[in-house]
Amino acid sequence: MRLGRYVIRRILQLILVFVGVTLLIYGMVYALPGDPIRGMAGDRPLSPSVVNALRDRYHLNDPFFVQYGKYIWGLLHGDLGTSLEAQEPVSTLLAPKLVNSAVLVVLAAVLSIPLSIAIGAWAALKREKVFDQSSSNLMLLLAALPEFVVALVLVIVFATTVFHVLPAISTVPPGSRPWNNWVALVLPTITLVIAVAPYVSRIMRASMIEVLESDYVEMARLKGLPERTVLIRHALPNALGPVLQVIALNLAYLAGGIIIVEFVFNYSGIGGAIAEAVVNHDLPVIQALAILLAAVYVVVNLLADVATILVTPRLRTRL
Amino acid sequence: MSQVSDVAIPDAEVAPSPVRGASLLRRSLRLWRTRIGVVLVGVIVLLAIIGPYVAPYGPSTPVGAPNSVPGGKAVLGTDYLGQDVLSRVLYGGRSILVMAVIATALGLIGGAAVGLVAAYSRNALDDVLMRAMDVIMALPSILLALVAVAIVGPRAWVIVAAIALTTAPRVARVARGAAQPVVERDFIAASEAMGVPRWRILSGELLPNTLGPLMVEASLRLTYSIGLIAGLAYLGLSPNVNGANWGTMIKQNQLVLAVQPWGAVAPIIAIALLTMGTGLIGDGIARTAAGIDRARGEE
Repeated sequence: MRLGRYVIRRILQLILVFVGVTLLIYGMVYALPGDPIRGMAGDRPLSPSVVNALRDRYHLNDPFFVQYGKYIWGLLHGDLGTSLEAQEPVSTLLAPKLVNSAVLVVLAAVLSIPLSIAIGAWAALKREKVFDQSSSNLMLLLAALPEFVVALVLVIVFATTVFHVLPAISTVPPGSRPWNNWVALVLPTITLVIAVAPYVSRIMRASMIEVLESDYVEMARLKGLPERTVLIRHALPNALGPVLQVIALNLAYLAGGIIIVEFVFNYSGIGGAIAEAVVNHDLPVIQALAILLAAVYVVVNLLADVATILVTPRLRTRL
Repeated sequence: MSQVSDVAIPDAEVAPSPVRGASLLRRSLRLWRTRIGVVLVGVIVLLAIIGPYVAPYGPSTPVGAPNSVPGGKAVLGTDYLGQDVLSRVLYGGRSILVMAVIATALGLIGGAAVGLVAAYSRNALDDVLMRAMDVIMALPSILLALVAVAIVGPRAWVIVAAIALTTAPRVARVARGAAQPVVERDFIAASEAMGVPRWRILSGELLPNTLGPLMVEASLRLTYSIGLIAGLAYLGLSPNVNGANWGTMIKQNQLVLAVQPWGAVAPIIAIALLTMGTGLIGDGIARTAAGIDRARGEE
């Protein structure tokens, strides 16, 4: 089956990208000035023998490709390394935080994707009318704002200064789950929705406009089909193809965007973990998170490719 | 055929006059959105440049009780350490702007070079270069900067280099996409036949023909670079941890928002106006370029 072959080719490509990412991250750690052992010790003086023993323990005396090989070997066995700060396996350290972050990302995705598709489609239907122009301009301005600025404006308006209706801090205590205190999820989620919606709604609008001008939509109208059927059965599914790619990019982007949004709200997810690890020079944690986020990017892109083929009859047959 | 000059070049093979960058900018200024964007960016840039000269106090001079509300000596009140909020806002834009502009410029140059070379090579080099760009793009921009900062520390060159590195692949994609149809045109083949050196074809023929999309991308990238650099400062990662910097100020005064909002609100407004301005300019250029393309298509 041709679809199968295409998918396998994409998987191989994406594996290559993923290997490239691990090399890039590992290469940066290896090549950039800055000694992880000194960073670990902070201001305490270390004797050369201790430094050497520690370097041995973290395989820092090996040649680059040996170090890299050992790291990849560990990754394949589910060993993400050991946190220098907590002296705990990175995987145990991050697992609960990953769950918290995933909750936030999924929530934001589930809300923002239908919303922005609806806004984009509606704007395309009302092209150059008031709704189209005002939503396009609003989305343009929102897209230009950095996420942490959006987050803080929301905090100022809804939590601290103008109204006092929502919490400004969304800490998830250890052992608790994010949904146990759902009110705290509102502002971080809205921030992420605002971060994603402009891109998805813009591409949806463009794609829908193109489809609405196509011959088959005109044909469907000329056949006398009710406008509802034309839009929902003929136009919408065809307009979704290009949108899926942008959604995938934005989901991957969400995984990065949460870093700073979580920090704003003091949310206990991987974002907070990364910020903390950077301050502590805890390289194994950062490495693991970077590679994890790259894996998310790769998988989401693959899913989007396959989904695009499935919703686009033209591509399904031409493969 | 030994004599290249013997080859008659038909009219169709003469390079089309590309829309020059300056002319595209001038035309885009007919749109209100571009004008508003230019005014916003102009005001903020002016503020950042002359701010330090007109600030009533030094950025770290204590002028009153911490977190005092606007009024009296401090027009926007004081921050969590009793420093003048207005003065810190006036001082705090420079480093963000300078770093963002340098990072974006480096990323643009590198990305455009990679994209044009990839499009022009039409061989395996194209694949190699673009897959390398894919690798960088698989990481969220801020994460790459965080990895670099975690290793070396929050030095200015590290932040600038990391952001340039994440800017380049996105520019490269745009440059390659815009250059690909141009590479297939006859006037490129004609230049090659005449023995024009490759780098001159790249810089003299390909680059001018891709300036429109590149300028749109430049404003988009500048918008992101500003957000990233301010965001890193907000995370506590700026070259000067206690220096006056809009991102740093927001973090420092976030906890006292309920008491004295201006310490955080003033820098938030500054960043928001700046990025909305660059965003509007980019949209204005994009609309103008699209309008020119459409007009050409109808000719």
